[in-house]
Amino acid sequence: MNPITEYTFYALSFLSILSGLMVIFSRNPVHSVLYLVLTFFTIAGHFLLMSAHFLAAVHVIVYSGAIMVLFLYVIMMLNLNKQPEGWSNFLQGMFWVFPSGLLLITLVGVLRAGSDMMTGAGKNIGTVENLGRVLFNDFLLPFEISSILFLAGMVGAVMVGKKES
Amino acid sequence: MEWILYKTILVVCVFGLSLFVAMYSTYAERKVAAFLQDRLGPNRAGPFGILQPLADGVKMFMKEEIIPQNANRWLFVLGPGIAMFTACMTGAVIPWGKDFVNAEGVHFPLQVTDVNIGLLYLFGVVSIGVYGIMIGGWASNNKYSLLGALRASSQMISYELAMGLSIIALVMLSGTLSVGEIVEQQQGWRWNVLYQPLGFLIFLICAFAETNRAPFDLPECETELVGGYHTEYSSMKLGFFLFAEYINMFISAAVISTLYFGGYNFPFVYKYITDPLWVSVVSFVVTMMKVSFFIFVFMWVRWTLPRFRYDQLMHLGWKVLIPLSIINILITGVVLLVRNL
Amino acid sequence: MNLTNRSVVVVKKEMTFLEKLYLPAILGGMWITIRHLFKKKATVNYPEEKRPMSKTFRGHHVLKLDEQGRERCTACGLCAVACPAEAITMVSAERKPGEEHLYREEKYASVYEINMLRCIFCGDCEEACPKEAIFLTDRLVDADYKRGTFVYGKDKLTEKPDKPIDVSPRQTKEVLEFKKNKKFAHNN
Repeated sequence: MNPITEYTFYALSFLSILSGLMVIFSRNPVHSVLYLVLTFFTIAGHFLLMSAHFLAAVHVIVYSGAIMVLFLYVIMMLNLNKQPEGWSNFLQGMFWVFPSGLLLITLVGVLRAGSDMMTGAGKNIGTVENLGRVLFNDFLLPFEISSILFLAGMVGAVMVGKKES
Repeated sequence: MEWILYKTILVVCVFGLSLFVAMYSTYAERKVAAFLQDRLGPNRAGPFGILQPLADGVKMFMKEEIIPQNANRWLFVLGPGIAMFTACMTGAVIPWGKDFVNAEGVHFPLQVTDVNIGLLYLFGVVSIGVYGIMIGGWASNNKYSLLGALRASSQMISYELAMGLSIIALVMLSGTLSVGEIVEQQQGWRWNVLYQPLGFLIFLICAFAETNRAPFDLPECETELVGGYHTEYSSMKLGFFLFAEYINMFISAAVISTLYFGGYNFPFVYKYITDPLWVSVVSFVVTMMKVSFFIFVFMWVRWTLPRFRYDQLMHLGWKVLIPLSIINILITGVVLLVRNL
Repeated sequence: MNLTNRSVVVVKKEMTFLEKLYLPAILGGMWITIRHLFKKKATVNYPEEKRPMSKTFRGHHVLKLDEQGRERCTACGLCAVACPAEAITMVSAERKPGEEHLYREEKYASVYEINMLRCIFCGDCEEACPKEAIFLTDRLVDADYKRGTFVYGKDKLTEKPDKPIDVSPRQTKEVLEFKKNKKFAHNN
């Protein structure tokens, strides 16, 4: 790793953790969403550092460009400016500690398992050609199954939307 | 080191070019509008009014800077900044001409960077562009601005889908995501528009929607929303929003001409020109001619068609363009399969 | 009744496929607009290029002086009476000895005001004037920022002795003949 890459890595990591924390601690939901967008950008930067260009681009397009715009859209529409306060809300918040703890354990497990995978990454692992080859040769079935999952999700969304009429 | 210097100069040139073209697009817009309406347009500042953009710019600078009292100051300033920033970023992957090869065989590309995900980069930056409008509209703390911002976001997301799908057919045809390679493949008359007429049409319509130009200028629709997302803006911040729109139009025209109209390729021209310097110059001129033509088309459409109603816009995006682009992908796939059999 | 043969009766019917595409209609519209690009422009570049004015254009009034540079107006008030918009007011005064070179008649208008915002430039004042003192000219009333400035006093109305204003186009033989006949006047 040459020094420039290293410094960029630290800068990006610092930014992503900082903005991730700001997502949680911002009192204004719109600010939270904007910090989340920033987090996604820094993560895209990490992808770029790992020379996974395709992932970085798709990450920006899908997460920052589409999903977060929808989040922002909904929050702007609802105009959530009142802060939830009080003890019961704190308890409600504590309730989420359990599932998020589970998520943390899972993530740590995945990272531990995947740590040896990262060392073998070549320079061109993330280019479109290589990714396409891997996706459509080695992992064709999971890829197609996940697409069916998306289709099911879309059909479900349409069904929910149509319910009233 | 020299390489970095060259790239820096190129970046500055592309930036300057974008600003210059955007500046004169405002003039061209007024002239085209006037001529299409049997008027003369601005002709007081300088001969034929060519100094008009400068006068407008000076006016913008001199105007009073107003930030509404209940506006979110940070985001209010950030909005136009993001709009301008993203507008200027897209020019990086567009090949403005053929590489200049000097006597020692060193290539000097007229493209800032030919990344292998050029098209995705374009899409990424365009999809971020909406944040400028959304943040600006929300931070103004004004209902008209908010409505404009909401309209902009939903419109841009809807049309991005159809745009991406129409591009997928193009990518299937050319087999690469690099803009430079796509242009190289279209030598002579082999322009993509001849192979992808439907895809081109969808892309063109989506480009109008993505740049918020008439007939899709609902986010700033004067008749309903006063000024849309920039109702509360004044002075240079308003100027940034307007300028970003024109840069977007310029870049869209450039993308259309590179992806579908062969970029710097023009039949017969390069047979007669062999001097490498002249090849570069001519290729740049050819690109700019195509770009100017499409900028004119943007204006021509604006002064011809009335604005869509909002439900019509959504109907067109979701129920017409997306199915059409999926059909386009299918047809392209079938044709490619049959040809490769 | 048809004023033109271009009117089309609106019919609400299912659109054909071509019409649903909208593209032919859009291209048709664009063809129309592009033809206008090459048409002759209607604009007149005003300060450099002026539209021809009618010889008898009725604009900014002038209070004429006679051949010796004296005011012709005698403050008879006929113009104010004739004015349908009631734009003219005046205050009369008696000529003092020694002012013969200023005023032709023994009575003159010390104040003569025309409210240019009320004036409809009909020319009835000119017609009513027995002394050939007031005329409408082909000059335009200047734009201004304040209402009050449109009440023109004698300073703006009276002809300057060194800059005579030609009103001969409005004093043709026919006009003079017409003015002799009292029964044609509006205010008889």
